[in-house]
Amino acid sequence: MNKNKEQLLNKRYKAEQRFRLYGQSAIFMALLFLTIFIFKIFSTGYSAFQKTWLIVPVNFDAELMMLDENPTKQDIEDADYYEIALQSMWNLDPNANEDQQNQLKRMVSYFFEREIKQELLKDPNLLGKTKEVYLTASDDLDQVFKGNYPRDLPEDQRRVSDYQLKIFDQLVANGNVESKFNISFFTNADSREAELAGIASSFMGSIFSILVCLMIAFPVAVLAAIYLEEFAPKNRFTDFIEVNINNLAAVPSIVFGLLGLGVLLAIFQLPRSTPLVGGITLSLMTLPTIIIAARASLKAVPPSIREAALAMGASRMQTTMHHTVPLSMPGTLSGTIIGLAQALGETAPLILIGMVAFVNTIPGSPMDPAASLPVQIYIWAESAERGFVEKVSACIMVLLGFLIIMNLFAQIIRHKFEKKWS
Amino acid sequence: MNLILFTFIVLLGFTSYYFGRKKAYTIQSTKKRLTALPQFYGYYLAIWCAIPAFIIFSLWAIFEPTIVKLLVLNDYSNQGYLDDELNLIYEKTKALSRGQFTGEITPFIEASAEKYLSLRSIAQSSKVVIVLTIIIASVAYAYKRISSNSRTREPVEKFLNAVLFTASLAAILTTIGIVFSLIFQTIDFFKVIPLFDFVFGTHWYPAKAFVRDSSEALDPSMYSDTFGAVPIFAGTFFIAFIAMCVAIPIGLMSGIYLAEYASSKVRQYAKPLIEILAGIPTVVYGFFAALTVGPFLKELGTSMGLEVSAESALAAGGVMGIMIIPFISSLSDDVITSVPQSLRDGSYAMGATKSETIKRVIFPAALPGIVGSILLGVSRAIGETMIVVMASGLAANLTLNPLESTSTITAQIVVILIGDQAFGDPKTQAAFALGMSLFLVTLCLNIVALRVVKKYREKYE
Repeated sequence: MNKNKEQLLNKRYKAEQRFRLYGQSAIFMALLFLTIFIFKIFSTGYSAFQKTWLIVPVNFDAELMMLDENPTKQDIEDADYYEIALQSMWNLDPNANEDQQNQLKRMVSYFFEREIKQELLKDPNLLGKTKEVYLTASDDLDQVFKGNYPRDLPEDQRRVSDYQLKIFDQLVANGNVESKFNISFFTNADSREAELAGIASSFMGSIFSILVCLMIAFPVAVLAAIYLEEFAPKNRFTDFIEVNINNLAAVPSIVFGLLGLGVLLAIFQLPRSTPLVGGITLSLMTLPTIIIAARASLKAVPPSIREAALAMGASRMQTTMHHTVPLSMPGTLSGTIIGLAQALGETAPLILIGMVAFVNTIPGSPMDPAASLPVQIYIWAESAERGFVEKVSACIMVLLGFLIIMNLFAQIIRHKFEKKWS
Repeated sequence: MNLILFTFIVLLGFTSYYFGRKKAYTIQSTKKRLTALPQFYGYYLAIWCAIPAFIIFSLWAIFEPTIVKLLVLNDYSNQGYLDDELNLIYEKTKALSRGQFTGEITPFIEASAEKYLSLRSIAQSSKVVIVLTIIIASVAYAYKRISSNSRTREPVEKFLNAVLFTASLAAILTTIGIVFSLIFQTIDFFKVIPLFDFVFGTHWYPAKAFVRDSSEALDPSMYSDTFGAVPIFAGTFFIAFIAMCVAIPIGLMSGIYLAEYASSKVRQYAKPLIEILAGIPTVVYGFFAALTVGPFLKELGTSMGLEVSAESALAAGGVMGIMIIPFISSLSDDVITSVPQSLRDGSYAMGATKSETIKRVIFPAALPGIVGSILLGVSRAIGETMIVVMASGLAANLTLNPLESTSTITAQIVVILIGDQAFGDPKTQAAFALGMSLFLVTLCLNIVALRVVKKYREKYE
């Protein structure tokens, strides 16, 4: 009998331990996913911040460029650089046949003559001389140099030919290949060529959308929260508003995209693909989040504050505007920042209102067509070129960086400025 | 022009605020008692400046285009044009007056473009005149009222109250906007495709509807067997099911562990770390699923002799499950912590171990709240878009094999609406019909979940 009891107790203790272990492993799993996730993004993305350059001697031959003895600045601007650019690539292998010459040209980026032109514009005295110029390597060679490209595949399955690899290896052996910090990733707009594509246009698109979103959502949400928390009578209509807000907070984001498409674009005829429409759509989405946060922080202001103000003869409006609302601002602001961080990461509604269009200019106002950072991630992720994979990861790193900064900021506001009532 | 006028009116508002306050001080200096604080006199004047300006601006924005159009097209009225042709003429006129017209310029259109421009300038200048006169008149009227020291605080506060109330209608307006934008397209869609075919049809090939010559008339028989949504609905719920298979055990167990076992130090670090998973944008998960998880599963399956699609439902659903973990863990953590301590103490006093207490006492007590959190998670899984678009297939297969690719409501909406849309095309309308069903399903789930959670909260508060 006694032995049985002991066995039972042991069994129960074992069950206890097992249960505890389940809990621990669940937490462990969740954290493991997070780690794998972040590790994967960083390990594929960090190399995008470096860019490979080929150092190629260029002969600035005035004759080939159709320039005369003393060209003006305008002449240099208008000159033909394609010929000398082509010549300088061909000179890497004087014995190349026509097909190989073609391959030589494809070793550098698509717009390589522009880089040569920049060089001459910087120093017009180079005319007629030869200088070693840094040219952006093609994205495939860039990947080869970074070690991301399998060189041992059979030639017909590679985008880089054996011949290109041979010339490239010669350049590497002579020290004519260099890897430098990739500034163009931050200053260029999107491009079809992976080695030239940058995030400037989508970054500006994101900034404009978020600003529009902030300018609409913040005032409306704060005013609505003040009404609902401080002035609204308790009746069926205000209950209905409340149910509405809670439901809107859980409506899938793509439905807001359909709203933007069906109402903002089709009925109000606002310009397609613009951060203006994107911002309005996002603001409708963040509205409930901010309202809920603002109401919670208004509720947290103790009634004694209101009673004191009312006792001093302030009207209800004065009490609210002078005392309750300023005291609730830290909570409201941090809720707003968190709502904006959500909006910043949103993709689906922006795709529906056409912000996936290929934009190779940097937008200057919310009325210009633009993409946004998450949409840029989507566009690049759908591209076939290998060079875009690391770009996507790098773009994700930039986006995550912004989200972390925004969330930290919200935390700081909350902890630094919020009054603790006890 | 509008901008200058707007700035001018804003400046006028500030000036009238200043004058109102100054007037209050002069009244005060005559030893009369003010009826409100001096700034209310200022606000009063400023509001009397802003409201008429706002009303006139909006009236103008609504009516000016229609009236100008009527007047311009008046010339063509008795020449027997159809409505569509008149609209075309008007569009050409506008394009020409902006200097963006590229087609052939006929004298007729040139004449109406000139007329259009002159009408626009007349409208502009009359707007300026009318706005300014009315503002000045209303401010003068208000100034007279405050000079006689009548009440100013009450009207100002009433106005503010009205503004606050209007802002609170924004949520309702958004909901109306959603229903409004979905319902018309959906009704048009069901005029062409019978509801029965949509709900019970098993073939979904919207691309077929696109291979239509635009000159051909709409022929409903062409679309039979094209818009059967069963595979889409099945795929949606299937992927959501896979996601919940990942999210419920992990989320629930970590919620329980955090609430009952974890020391405050572990809780302090583990909870925000898990919540990071909820803050990562879904497009990032989509990229992760498509680039890492999908190929990994494919390789794993091939090594075990299974045929796995690179875009399998398992990859999309699994990653979606990871995304939902924090929703379930945080919410269930909350509900478990709000179970009263007395229940635990009672159970311990009877000699139960911790896990027995959790399984037999706390879990049943917290069940409604946990169910609510799971329902919210399901609603999120059904509405999730980017993971499915990027990691799951776009062809609608009717399958229950997690290793094959399926498609969902959200993915189909994106596939149909990406790029240029032609409103009035059954394919575009199909996307809105899908959106409508998505909205309804998630709405029901949300209402039930919020009800359950609310009821549960009331029970223990």
